Amino acid sequence: MKPLLMHRDRDFDLQGALPWNEQDLTQDLELGTLFETMAHGDAFLKDMARRGILASATDPSSIVYRQDVLKDCLDKPAVVHAIYEIAVDAIEGERKNHWGLVMGYPDSVLRRSVDVMGLFIVSLKKLRAFGESHAGNFSSAGFRTFFAMLASELGDDYFAEVQEHLKELKFWNGVLVSAELGAGNKGVNYVLRKPLDIDRGWIRRIFARKVPSYSYQLASRDENGARALSELRDRGLNLAANALAQSNDHILSFFRQLRAELAFYLGCLNLNKRLSELDEPVCFPEPVAQTEHRHIVAGLYDICLALTKGQRVVGNDLDANGKDMVVITGANQGGKSTFLRGVGLAQLMMQCGMFAPAQSLRASVCDSVITHYRREEDATMKSGKLDEELTRMSDIVDHATCGSMVLFNESFAATNEREGSQIATQIVNALTEAGIKVFFVTHLYEFAHDLHNTERPDVKFLRAERQADGTRTFRLNEGEPLQTSYGEDLYHRIFETPSTGHELRQ
Amino acid sequence: MNDGRQISGQSASVDEREAKRNGASPGRPIPAKDTEARPPHPKLGPKVFQSILGEAPEEIPETPACFGDLNLDQIIAAVTAGREEYESRPFFHASLHTVDAVHYRHEVFRDLESETVFECVAEFTRKMRQMREQITKSGKLYYKYQKERLLLDAVSTYCEAVACVARDLGTADLRSRGFVAFREFLAGYIDSASFTSLRDEAKALYDGLSTVKYCMNIKGTRIRVRKPESEIDYSAEVERTFEKFKRGAVKSYLVEFRDSLDMNHIEAAVLYLVAKLYPNVFIALSDFCARNAAYLDPKVSAFDREVQFYVGYLQYIERFKQAGLSFCYPRLSITDKAIRSVDGFDLALAGKLIAENTSIVCNDFHLQNPECIFVVTGPNQGGKTTFARTFGQLHFLASVGCPVPGREASLFLFDKLFTHFEKEEDIHTQHGKLEEDLIRIHDSLGRATPNSIVIMNEIFTSTTLHDALFLGKKVVGSIAALDALCVCVTFVDELASLNEKTVSLVSTVGTANSTERTYKIVRKPADGRAYAMAIARRHRLAYDDLKERLRT
Repeated sequence: MKPLLMHRDRDFDLQGALPWNEQDLTQDLELGTLFETMAHGDAFLKDMARRGILASATDPSSIVYRQDVLKDCLDKPAVVHAIYEIAVDAIEGERKNHWGLVMGYPDSVLRRSVDVMGLFIVSLKKLRAFGESHAGNFSSAGFRTFFAMLASELGDDYFAEVQEHLKELKFWNGVLVSAELGAGNKGVNYVLRKPLDIDRGWIRRIFARKVPSYSYQLASRDENGARALSELRDRGLNLAANALAQSNDHILSFFRQLRAELAFYLGCLNLNKRLSELDEPVCFPEPVAQTEHRHIVAGLYDICLALTKGQRVVGNDLDANGKDMVVITGANQGGKSTFLRGVGLAQLMMQCGMFAPAQSLRASVCDSVITHYRREEDATMKSGKLDEELTRMSDIVDHATCGSMVLFNESFAATNEREGSQIATQIVNALTEAGIKVFFVTHLYEFAHDLHNTERPDVKFLRAERQADGTRTFRLNEGEPLQTSYGEDLYHRIFETPSTGHELRQ
Repeated sequence: MNDGRQISGQSASVDEREAKRNGASPGRPIPAKDTEARPPHPKLGPKVFQSILGEAPEEIPETPACFGDLNLDQIIAAVTAGREEYESRPFFHASLHTVDAVHYRHEVFRDLESETVFECVAEFTRKMRQMREQITKSGKLYYKYQKERLLLDAVSTYCEAVACVARDLGTADLRSRGFVAFREFLAGYIDSASFTSLRDEAKALYDGLSTVKYCMNIKGTRIRVRKPESEIDYSAEVERTFEKFKRGAVKSYLVEFRDSLDMNHIEAAVLYLVAKLYPNVFIALSDFCARNAAYLDPKVSAFDREVQFYVGYLQYIERFKQAGLSFCYPRLSITDKAIRSVDGFDLALAGKLIAENTSIVCNDFHLQNPECIFVVTGPNQGGKTTFARTFGQLHFLASVGCPVPGREASLFLFDKLFTHFEKEEDIHTQHGKLEEDLIRIHDSLGRATPNSIVIMNEIFTSTTLHDALFLGKKVVGSIAALDALCVCVTFVDELASLNEKTVSLVSTVGTANSTERTYKIVRKPADGRAYAMAIARRHRLAYDDLKERLRT
């Protein structure tokens, strides 16, 4: 049994490795802010948000599958919360039923397992009942499949069968075990048997059928004998105890899976609530196939900036349909980095099935989002800064695939402009030719300028806006690279009016 | 003051036990007989199988006196390591006295060099070992039906061992008198009524035991036992019910039970009840065990033990062969003292050097009429003692019928082997030492015959050179007069050219550097320098030693 609320055909991976560049992504795109908001103080929700967002889905139909489930959740949050609680209760109940010292004795394993199974059956019944009363209100394929599965797998007769076993496994008529002779004439192949006719009782049946039988009665103070007898009984119970205990683990794992998958959506609900408080718009993006080279977005904002500032932030439009590369130049503190982060976040959110921080978004999916940001310092002191940057670049080349998206932020500036430009040019040319989508924020004029001169149709140039008086609008417009980034303005602002400078730096 | 010379073994030089065992006196005449090596003639072998070691193989439990001096104790310990249960050492202690007896063993060795034969014998001995373990277990177990089951196991293992070795040897290309006779013996044995009935009954009993199936009902403190009916496997049913929840791998809750072979009294009680359910099976088992307590054929078990002599030795020398060293079957004679060895080496030393990954130096030697005495001189640590040991080892190993180190060898089948080695630390106990040496040598010489071998290593060091020369001449002279084979390692150069019976061997040093050892022992006149150098080295006063010592 699988909840199948994240993937149409498989469990959402709770254990698997996160993308290799998880740390860089989290740092560069400020994902921590996003996770915290989704978690709303719940560490488990945070973990699932993190896994959900970092493990991108890569085909549009899977994304839409999740979007539909999320829409149902946004629609009926109370029901979703209630199902989540059932899963949590079942998990907690199991945990409270301590193992203690019972491991090592099949008899104790079995007794504990019968108790836990009883508990699980109650939760499973609740779940099915919930499905019966609410299934009709859900429209997503995910939830409809989920409720249908509960109805078909967990029928009344199935519950009756389970109850029968739970009763039987208490062995009121004693344990029946078959065996054969092994090495040294010792008993081997102990197998627990189901008595042929439970109702009439084994002993009476023997008399009726005249099956010869012999018996041994343990002497009253024979403690070693009592231990040996229970070991013999345990040998018979071993397989059954294991089977039941493992079944419990399977059911427990089902509840955990259900809880985890719902946790992701609950995180989305938390985020949505916060964004509506900030009056920020969200939309369900339209994911399209990689091959279509779509990327058109209206009112794209940096969701993390909005969450951090606790207010609406400036949005940008971008039409990069058919483009392999977007080069962003322009004024310092003009919103370039914010824009770049917004692009990355929107892509990740779209690909995990969430709503996007924009008025509308229609984009091709990518294999992976990769960031290459200029780092402040080389903490390890092993190598120079450019060397460190190039090491990371080399890692990226090891991992990127032809459908990846790489976001560069002021990369290769740790050397002079000519050399940095050369490096950048060669790298982006190679990447784009390999089918990798590139967003590049840069002050390397020579790099941007030369690229502009090639008049490549698949490259788009954006420039951060600066008004004539030097103020920034944080809007990006299409425009060729300029030789200055107006750092002079910034210098003046900061040195002449320090308070404003401080504000800007934020 | 101690240069660590490799002289060892202060043990008695006289092998009294050997003499006693042979009932031989020093002057006993040796039967004149053609003793040249000849190819094996299987057809001429004994009709009735006696022993794989030859007719009535002798066993000597005590370690021969020469073993310590020649490091043969180390060699035989290594050969028999891991097979102590067979007690094959006594066979290695007993020299053979006819060339034919040696050939008998050579033939067997040659057959065993075939991988097929060796593996077949190895498999047989493995099974026999398993059988003994089963017997031991049977003895240790407490409950009757368990003891009997283990005895049945042992009988069955035995039958299988015998049947396998008979089958495999039946098709093998055997040349030795020993193996051919053993094969014939086996062919007769496995067709005998006693063996076939043993095997068939054992099989029938297993079949019977395998039909025993029972059901226990354990309720409270009572166990009921009966034959099973068609009750279904309940664990499987439980598993089936919960199948639908199955999601990937989960941990196992199976409890591991301690599974020793012995039973507790509850298991025994159940077994007793089971025996009542299947009376025929268990009565047959008890009856079988009562009748077949002595199932083991003495010749089969003797073969199992005695063949270890060969198997152990072959396995032991395999590591030397792997290291590129040669072994050969020596030609032996009880009359001809024109002995010869090519690329012989000290097995005990080689074992150590291989472990240390150091290369091994081989040496040649030969004597021609009328020579009978090697006088070995030269610098210390040049391989003199090793040479003496090699000479002794080769002759002793040859005398028990083993292949010996070297590419080829013609050796003398001695009647007695005397060694006289001295420990260096005894240099300091001058008082009485020389006297003791002399008494011992006198005793050896009194019992030596022209067919004996005497190996002396650095004797008379506890006196002046003048005395040593005098005594040495006397002793070597009397050995020469006796015409016994002798190796005499000495620092007294004059002994090397005593008479026409002595051959001078010198341990050599490298031509470029006089402190470099080659460990080669060559025929050449003693050059007189070795003595002074040897003394100097003994006191660590040689140039390189002094350089070394003065450095600190």
